[in-house]
Amino acid sequence: MSAPASTITAVTPEGPEVEATPAKRRRLRFVANPKAATGLIVLGFFCLIAIIGPWIAPYDPSARSSDLIQAPSGRHWFGTTHLGQDIFSQVLVGTRGVMFVGLLAGIVATALSVLIGVSAGFLGGAADESLSALSNVFLVIPALPLIIIVASTIPSAGDLMVALVIGFTSWAWGARVLRAQTLSLRRRDYVEAARATGESTWRIITFEIMPNLTAIIASGFVGTVIFAVMSEITLAFIGISTISEWNWGTILFWAQSQQALAQGAWWWFVPAGLAIAILGTALSLINFGIDEFVSPRLRSSGHTRVKTVDGRSVRMRVGFTPVLGAADVPATPVVRRRRKEEAA
Amino acid sequence: MKFLLQRIAFYLFTAWAALTINFFIPRLIPGDPVTSLINKFQGQLSTDAINSLYVLFGLDKNASLWSQYVDYWGQVFRGDLGLSFTFFPTPVSEILSQSLPWTIALVGITTFASFMIGTSLGVLAGWRRGSWLDGLLPVTTFLSSIPYFWLGLLAITLLAGPGSFFPSSGGYEPGLVPSWNGAFFGSAIQHSLLPAITILISSVSGWILSMRNMMVTVASEDYITVAHAKGLPVRRVMVSYAARNALLPNVSGFALSLGFIVGGTLLVEIVFSYPGIGYNLFQAVGAKDYPLMQGVFLVITLSVLVANLLADIAYLLLDPRTRKEG
Repeated sequence: MSAPASTITAVTPEGPEVEATPAKRRRLRFVANPKAATGLIVLGFFCLIAIIGPWIAPYDPSARSSDLIQAPSGRHWFGTTHLGQDIFSQVLVGTRGVMFVGLLAGIVATALSVLIGVSAGFLGGAADESLSALSNVFLVIPALPLIIIVASTIPSAGDLMVALVIGFTSWAWGARVLRAQTLSLRRRDYVEAARATGESTWRIITFEIMPNLTAIIASGFVGTVIFAVMSEITLAFIGISTISEWNWGTILFWAQSQQALAQGAWWWFVPAGLAIAILGTALSLINFGIDEFVSPRLRSSGHTRVKTVDGRSVRMRVGFTPVLGAADVPATPVVRRRRKEEAA
Repeated sequence: MKFLLQRIAFYLFTAWAALTINFFIPRLIPGDPVTSLINKFQGQLSTDAINSLYVLFGLDKNASLWSQYVDYWGQVFRGDLGLSFTFFPTPVSEILSQSLPWTIALVGITTFASFMIGTSLGVLAGWRRGSWLDGLLPVTTFLSSIPYFWLGLLAITLLAGPGSFFPSSGGYEPGLVPSWNGAFFGSAIQHSLLPAITILISSVSGWILSMRNMMVTVASEDYITVAHAKGLPVRRVMVSYAARNALLPNVSGFALSLGFIVGGTLLVEIVFSYPGIGYNLFQAVGAKDYPLMQGVFLVITLSVLVANLLADIAYLLLDPRTRKEG
């Protein structure tokens, strides 16, 4: 829901340098980025919960009990609902739906954006004009209201349907970025060389262009997953998708409709919301990792103050060569003379 | 001028596309929810109203798709969006004209404010890369990952109890009549503070981040080095040289992501029961009020298009290259 965080619009692949490094080391370098590593670990944790959640849940999420609206305790870690349902189990079981919709919608939207963006950028001409007009239209039309309306016209929208609706409406941003990058890659020498040696268009696209788009595709995928998770939870929260399937939005839906706030039942909506925020943060961190991997300049460098030999500190800045004038050595005579002239 | 005309043509095209989507969605509904609703209100609907609903939802099976489409455009141009089922028998256009000002005031002002605040913080964070401002980035990332509506719920719990300064719902004091006087304005502003803060907190970080990254990129350009070498004050280099150039992609990004932001902020209205378009959409969804849903979608899309056009004009003012003739 936030503004698209990725800034990699024009990436210049540093040809020889990147190719010289072995693939294995490069992958390690991405994981070595603390942001990306944190994000991947958290994402892995949620994926694990998505798989084993229903088995490790202590209670059946829909089972009622006599413990109505109870605060978190040893028996119910996240407390209970108005029907005595265990919220911890609901969160665990609900993870699967959230991850499923997020990943499926991400895959659908990424596939569409690659298809549309790359072909628009590579083919050019009328095809480019019409395809980019199409993606611009989808970009400008507010996606969430559209998703809400489409999903609410479909009777009994399950997880699969919701994922498809989100996927088919949220590919436009990725397509736009991919088109711009393909345009700049299309006229590179190595692509011309491949064309001159008689490679087919499809081979050029899949083997020459696509590998250089990997980072953009990956960050587009992660961005779409964030958006899809948010949209899905929103749909469940306002009660459009089926309430019978548990996900974090469903929990929030019940919390809202049963006036959890007025009853002071903070445990009802805090865990689900925190889970959403943590998952979203993890995905954003992965995206930052990709951004910084592609353009190292963006890394927030921790040590910008450097102590020089004579004990003074200098702030390092991008694009500047720090000038270390020692304290007792006078500045260059040229400058001094000019100052004198001005004074005179 | 050519740039602006191109953009206007594009927005007209998009408006056409949105209206066409709006035309086709109800025709893809399996089953006939609208017919059943019409039957439910059979005794109270006038013949004209039934006809207009028939045209809007394509229930007239005898007419060809093309003539339905032409009729639909005719109705939209007359501002006839059918009757709402939730607020029977008020026309949809009347409901929307009442709630639109609320949404524009809340969402419009806060989105603009969040863009301005985020951009200025981003300028500082990017210019002083590695300072403590960079440490804020993970915090803002976390805040922006929180769904707007959940932050709203949290804000209500923490800040808006009984006896608190912040009201937890509504757009103004229940006893007041909307009019242009001080009491009403004060109440309206008091009611909009909490939703506005919620939107600000979760939307500002996106702008900080994108502006910071643009500043970092721009800071290493040659013209910045030249400006420094000329001996210009650091402040001037930062604002008039670096920030001005870094702002351009951010403005076009602002225009493009308006659709996303507006979608998210509508949910804040739901949580706070704010009398705007988003709350209408929520009510419409709950009651399966298709005419109202369609109307809301149409109005939101058209407002986003107008906002986009304004952002384009801002871009035109900021970037002299687009003013060049030819």
